[in-house]
Amino acid sequence: MLIPAMILGGIAVIAAVGLGVAARVFYVEEDPRIKGILDLLPGANCGGCGMAGCSACAAAIVEGKAEVNACVVGQTEVARDIAAFMGMEMQDNEPQVACPDCQGGARATRKYEYGGFDDCRAAMLFYHGPLMCDHGCLGLGTCVRACQFGAITMGDAGLPIFDPARCVGCGACVRACPKGIISIISETTKILHWNRYSECLAPCRQKCPAQVNVPKYIEHIKNGEFELALLTVKENNPLPLSTGRVCPEPCSLACRRQIEDEPVAINYLKRFAADYEMNSGKRLHVPVAPETGKKVTVVGGGPAGLSAAYYLRRLGHSVTLFEQMPDLGGMLRYGIPEYRLPKAILDWDIQGILDLGVKVRTGVSLGRDFTLDFLRAEGADAIFLAVGAWRDRELGLAEIKPDGVISGIKFLELFQEDPLTRVKGHAIVIGGGNTAIDAARTSLRAGAESVTIVYRRSRDEMPANPVEIVAAEEEGIQFRFLCAPNRFITEGDNLAGLEVLGMKLGEPDSDGRRRPFPVKGTEEVIPCELLVEAVGQMPDLDFLEKDGMPTLPTTRWNTIDAKEETLQTDVPYIFTGGDCFTGPGLMVEAISAGRFVARSIHYYMTEGEIPPIEQRQTGLVPESIFDSLVGVLPRPKVHEPVVSLEDRLGTFKEVEGTIDEEDARYEARRCLNCGTYCYDQELEAERAEDAESIAG
Amino acid sequence: MDLFLLVIGSIFVNNILLAQYLGNCPFCGVSKKLGPAIGMGVAVIFVSTLASIFTWIVYHYLLEPQGLEYLKTLVFILVIAALVQFVEIFIKKQSKGLYDSLGIFLPLITTNCAVMGIALLNIKHGFDFVEMIVFSASSAAGFALAILLFASVRERLFISSVPVAMRGTAIALVTAGVMSLAFMGFAGMTN
Repeated sequence: MLIPAMILGGIAVIAAVGLGVAARVFYVEEDPRIKGILDLLPGANCGGCGMAGCSACAAAIVEGKAEVNACVVGQTEVARDIAAFMGMEMQDNEPQVACPDCQGGARATRKYEYGGFDDCRAAMLFYHGPLMCDHGCLGLGTCVRACQFGAITMGDAGLPIFDPARCVGCGACVRACPKGIISIISETTKILHWNRYSECLAPCRQKCPAQVNVPKYIEHIKNGEFELALLTVKENNPLPLSTGRVCPEPCSLACRRQIEDEPVAINYLKRFAADYEMNSGKRLHVPVAPETGKKVTVVGGGPAGLSAAYYLRRLGHSVTLFEQMPDLGGMLRYGIPEYRLPKAILDWDIQGILDLGVKVRTGVSLGRDFTLDFLRAEGADAIFLAVGAWRDRELGLAEIKPDGVISGIKFLELFQEDPLTRVKGHAIVIGGGNTAIDAARTSLRAGAESVTIVYRRSRDEMPANPVEIVAAEEEGIQFRFLCAPNRFITEGDNLAGLEVLGMKLGEPDSDGRRRPFPVKGTEEVIPCELLVEAVGQMPDLDFLEKDGMPTLPTTRWNTIDAKEETLQTDVPYIFTGGDCFTGPGLMVEAISAGRFVARSIHYYMTEGEIPPIEQRQTGLVPESIFDSLVGVLPRPKVHEPVVSLEDRLGTFKEVEGTIDEEDARYEARRCLNCGTYCYDQELEAERAEDAESIAG
Repeated sequence: MDLFLLVIGSIFVNNILLAQYLGNCPFCGVSKKLGPAIGMGVAVIFVSTLASIFTWIVYHYLLEPQGLEYLKTLVFILVIAALVQFVEIFIKKQSKGLYDSLGIFLPLITTNCAVMGIALLNIKHGFDFVEMIVFSASSAAGFALAILLFASVRERLFISSVPVAMRGTAIALVTAGVMSLAFMGFAGMTN
């Protein structure tokens, strides 16, 4: 008995001693940092980093084989902690978020009733699922179960809803979805993307110069997700409050709802979503890509410059904005009167852009205080010229203008510099654009006894927003159409009246507008003490003549010349866009130019070459061939609350108000959600009736 | 010739996994992907050959002279466990590359019944030293072959539509059973 026990014990002792000695002799020093990092990692062992668990990830980080931000779950905070632990500088991790590519939900027609196992992959095995639409979401929620972070919920419409705040971009849902409609998209990709003909896009989205995803944000408003709606707008438009007030909505002209009744009030909805954020007082988080170390200088703080600064900053570049006026905003601040766009509201929009880390120098003018060569010497990798169109065109009626004659932009600027500026007597405004209407409505508010707009064509040819013309008429502004200024009537140095000449319309010119001809013997004098010339603007390019400027070619319209498809000028590092490239245009066009030039500058600085956009959508898809929409019941559009006439005159109070939440959701339900692959007429009719019974 | 028959017999006919069903835990656990399965197979060949040498020596020069054959199971466990630990410590220091590829499988092998089974079968069949080494290496090679085939099958299974109730280990065991049936075709080719 003793011997077996001794042998067994002896072997055990020999083994133990042998192992003990071996552990000493062959001791391998392990990096204590591995354990330190392991403590910082979330410990989910999900494998999202592509390594076998958190310990392998920690070891890889210590060996320098993985970045400090390798952990997709921990995201920025964990990466920052690890970077601090490793004594390294933080490399910001650009968040990548899952985006669904289907908006159809329950709308697609069904091939058969599916009663099988509650899993998209199982349903997919039967003839590619129960939907007629090959593309669409099956709606059984496999992605919801695949998500370990609770970022996906199933919405009422049968579509998954992604919470960007919770999504870590691990891609579990992408792998789970058998239809392949979920993709992980970075913010950079979204900013650099432009509409293509190969995509299925709603008409409003094609028509919008800034290419805002209109159906998507309306869908969010419909579901009560106002913050997501605003984030969708901000993907393509950094100034939603201002656009929501002054944009003439080109998108609504393309709205298919017009076939049945009126277009959806898209801009009211945008304004509602933007106001929702402002009224909440809390700004939504806008992600910014990691620093690239590239420097861009933007000259001009108008909508084009602000938009470019916003997107370039979000792409991770360092941006400095130069502005000649004391405040940012350009024409939005100095050209649009307070009653249309209150400046406190514009300030909130602009602050949202500056909060991303854009540096600003105001009160400095190109050509007077600095030169382009100076900017280059200061280290700018690229320069964006967005100097706008600030020079008024003149009628040239007299060599020396009598007192009382002022140009449109100068006139509007007076009120921005001193809101209490007053005018006296009768006023005449010459021109038919928005500046003319703004000047007329402003002088009425500033105390003019009467205001007359003189325009040489008829009302149909007026380029001003129709809404503005109607509002001006309501306020009692007189219009003299087919009437051209001929000569100033003066009393000493002062203006006493304007002699006008009757006009007749001839054949349409190259713009498609009918050219007016004077009719002899129709001279007439309109007495006035104030005359505003608002007959158009053009860029002020005098700075190009100064020393220290590279030679930039200009066009015969006195705009800066650049390549249409990149907005790059002949000097490779100088880009241009907005009004100084196109001539006076809409705010939303300037915003679009800002993002477009951000794309060009980004590629120019990071890759040296600017790739063309393949199949870039420029024209619209053809109009609908249907003259009625089955299942769409006519429902009137909502109207914005408007301040009464008495309250308007004599004050600069904002005229139009924002619609309330109930109206917004009603209006959002009017959207037909075009640009989806699937459409079920019967189901749509049922839904319309349901909505009607709820609303009615 | 006898040694050649021994090799064929232990790899195919009496495959340690599919005919004798030893070493089932790593067979199911480490067979989801081909890469780790190869690592496991190589580790088993290495360890079981080494373990067999040590246990054979301990049996014939320590236990048999003392008439303590009945202690062999207990002693072998002790010897194999200590040996595997030692090997792990040793190669971690001496060969980082080998450790990185075998490293995580070595502790798993400590409790692998295939290694233990081979050590005991050596004694049961009464092999001499050369036969013992050939048998151990080729039996372990049989294990490696089986786990390699199985991992390939499971990789295909992963992308095919398996009924929910059968997913994971269930279908793996069914597959193992079918493979075992297929290996029965070798039965009787050698003694």
